[in-house]
Amino acid sequence: MTEPILRVNNLSLYYLTRFNEKVKAVDGVSFDLNQGQILGIAGESGCGKSTLVNGCMGLTIPPLFHGEGEVAIDGENLVGMTIEENRFKILGRKICMIPQGALNSLNPTRRIKDLAMDMMVSHGENADKKEIAERLRERFFKIGLQADKVLEAFPVELPAGTKQRVVIGISTLLNPRVVIADEPTSALDVSTQKAVIKLLFDLMEAEIIGSMIFITHELPLLRHVASHIAIMYAGQFVEVGTTQQVVFESCHPYTKALMGAMLSAEVGQRHRKPVYLEGAPPNLKNEIQGCRFAERCPSARPNCKSIFPPLRPVAGRQVRCAYA
Amino acid sequence: MLISLLKNPAFILGMGLFIGTLALAIFPPLFMNLDTINRVGPPFQPPSSQFFLGTDQMGLDMFAILVAGLKSSLYAGFLAGIIATTLGTLIGVYGGYKGGLVDDLLTSATNIFLVIPNLIVLILLSASIKDGRSLTLISVIIGCTTWTWTARAVRAQSASLRSRDHVNLARINGFGTFTIVMKHILPYLLSYVFMVFILQTASGILAEASISMLGLGPYDTVSLGKILYESKKSEALIDGAWWAFVPAMVLITVMVFALYVINTSMESVFNPRLRK
Amino acid sequence: MPNGTPVIFEAKALSKTFGNGIHKLKAVDEVSFKIHEQEVVSIVGESGCGKTVLAKLLLRLEKPTSGDLLFRGKSLLKDRDYLSYWRQVQTVFQDPFSAFNQFYTIRSQLKSSFHLLETQVSDREMEQRVDEALLAVNIKPNEIEGKYPFELSGGQMQRMLLARVFILRPKVLIADEPTSMVDASSRSSILDYLLKLKQELNMTIVFITHDIGLAYYISDSIYIMHHGKLIEQGTPDDVMLHPKDIVTRKLLEDIPQLHKSWIPRGGTHESAS
Repeated sequence: MTEPILRVNNLSLYYLTRFNEKVKAVDGVSFDLNQGQILGIAGESGCGKSTLVNGCMGLTIPPLFHGEGEVAIDGENLVGMTIEENRFKILGRKICMIPQGALNSLNPTRRIKDLAMDMMVSHGENADKKEIAERLRERFFKIGLQADKVLEAFPVELPAGTKQRVVIGISTLLNPRVVIADEPTSALDVSTQKAVIKLLFDLMEAEIIGSMIFITHELPLLRHVASHIAIMYAGQFVEVGTTQQVVFESCHPYTKALMGAMLSAEVGQRHRKPVYLEGAPPNLKNEIQGCRFAERCPSARPNCKSIFPPLRPVAGRQVRCAYA
Repeated sequence: MLISLLKNPAFILGMGLFIGTLALAIFPPLFMNLDTINRVGPPFQPPSSQFFLGTDQMGLDMFAILVAGLKSSLYAGFLAGIIATTLGTLIGVYGGYKGGLVDDLLTSATNIFLVIPNLIVLILLSASIKDGRSLTLISVIIGCTTWTWTARAVRAQSASLRSRDHVNLARINGFGTFTIVMKHILPYLLSYVFMVFILQTASGILAEASISMLGLGPYDTVSLGKILYESKKSEALIDGAWWAFVPAMVLITVMVFALYVINTSMESVFNPRLRK
Repeated sequence: MPNGTPVIFEAKALSKTFGNGIHKLKAVDEVSFKIHEQEVVSIVGESGCGKTVLAKLLLRLEKPTSGDLLFRGKSLLKDRDYLSYWRQVQTVFQDPFSAFNQFYTIRSQLKSSFHLLETQVSDREMEQRVDEALLAVNIKPNEIEGKYPFELSGGQMQRMLLARVFILRPKVLIADEPTSMVDASSRSSILDYLLKLKQELNMTIVFITHDIGLAYYISDSIYIMHHGKLIEQGTPDDVMLHPKDIVTRKLLEDIPQLHKSWIPRGGTHESAS
């Protein structure tokens, strides 16, 4: 089996608040990402998924600090790299991110072609300007944009769907090995969303993108996009497996609750009452004994609060529960 | 947020300069014997250790006159600033919130005042009031003619706040215009209004100085503008008596500059989009 | 709805246009419908379809440019009595943080809702009813004592909006995307409270949302809006199984659903391993 593109091993990341308190936002996360895989990460807001992806890119900038563990991309360790090294060697090239609301992050005072040029130059691509322009045209054409028109335009002149394509086009210019998409379609209408996801699939098929990490709240979307899913809760992975396993055969009580809370517009779903969870995730400023989900878990047992459950194999996937 | 304001270098500079000029207006009269009425020497004496800024065209202590003038200019600036800010805010916030006909009327009124050159109005009003042209009256006139910029700016803010959810909620709780404006719009405008007040004070100082330089200033006190007028009238420049007008010019410039700098620093702290 | 249930809202070619000249925008375009008492109606559409403007028209926060809206058979066009209307028709907003004033405590803002009621209530009764409303949404009164909006979580603030509805006891609730800013796991608790309210107060609910799954679960009728027009109306199953309009059909096709295939893919991915 070939080496994984991205290998995360026991990664812990923490924030320092204004009062110098340590908030362990990511605690002991490990996973491998292989060529052609799309890993979906799902969890409530505040569970640490955005922090995790920052860590995967090596962007541990204060107040975010690296605690423990390694992140390696194509064998190269990201931990301890300086920002400059990171920018030249890793960002854009090996790993890139399409953040939430990316379409609004395009500088409105510059034309698309200049933005693309900026990106290439800032990531150390020193090719000839004419060559870059040609590559741009080719790539934009490939992703279904009218290259000549779009490259000359300013961001305000383009509709939302086109802008999202442009963002994807520019981010993936250097053929990154890993693309991290953080809610890339939440601001788009349904048909545009479909087209954008199809674009991402096509790019993966053409091996322009090596692999993807996809974050979203929308579970039906996740089910169709991800090949593997990791459910995150309070800074830890609580269930990791294939989409089929995690969505349709959930083991961990939190996963079951999440899947149960899904409201899908399908016939027969009307009379299924959605599950709801009381309470909120624990405060990560404090050291937590035992299982972090025990407070809210409908099937918690007395010693769940005192015994810390490690991630262990259950029914062909990894589950962080002593009793699953 | 206040802490980041206090650490902002521009704010420190502006505040420092302004507090410096305030101190100059307040402390010397407390500790020194400043006589602005009696002659202390021949006219246009250069600065000495006894009289820091020499004497003016009538032989009076220039330093004493400067301090007195500074006090008046500050008073004029603040009074004009308060009046203009209050008028402008009330008109702007009401028009912005109400919209429709009320807004159209108030905006038209604002535009009329806006288009008429303030200085001309000031000149005409000042010239026509031959007697009783006191500093207070002049400040009031300045305040009543320079509120237009504030009204426009506040109106825009108020209009954008009107569509906010919390305002809608207050409406469907049955609250009337007055309550909504007072409780739900004005509090959100406070930092903005404060910044506007600083600008209005600066322009008040400048307006008073301009009017006084033309000889249409207050009859009852000396002000920085009046110092400049007197020095021009008595041709201090030709006599080389720089101490008769340079300090006044410097003070006006420093005050206005300080106020603008304070305003800019507040803007960059309060308006997050301007931060780096 | 059983025949004979009285109609509470009737819209007749209701329209709202913004701007003028070249920038004219018809946000709501000749919309007509009849909503019955105690019905749960969802108005579904993408962002920009006009559903929020329609909600504002129903709340009388905006005036229609043409057409008519009847409440209990009476036209609202010439009506000036907003207070008695708002005693019967209330709302919960999408963003609970922007729905409250950041400068006052949350409790005092809940108490200010009493201003709307016809009969003035004694201070003691006010406090008591606020406490009751808080308990009804599972919040202990001392949890919010002396607190300002920014000190509470999103979920708590959303429940404050619901507590307000408990206090006011309206006959109609216009809920504008009340769950879009809330996590999936808390979403159902909000829906639960809404349905509980509906039962207790015999409320009519008009639910505005972009999430058709949500609409499907909770509604008696679904209205679909597109570019200001009402393009489809019917029971949830009708709309899902037998959509009449081509836009509706495309919309249903494009929504990712759990058990239906969505984007055809060749090769490398999907479950496996």
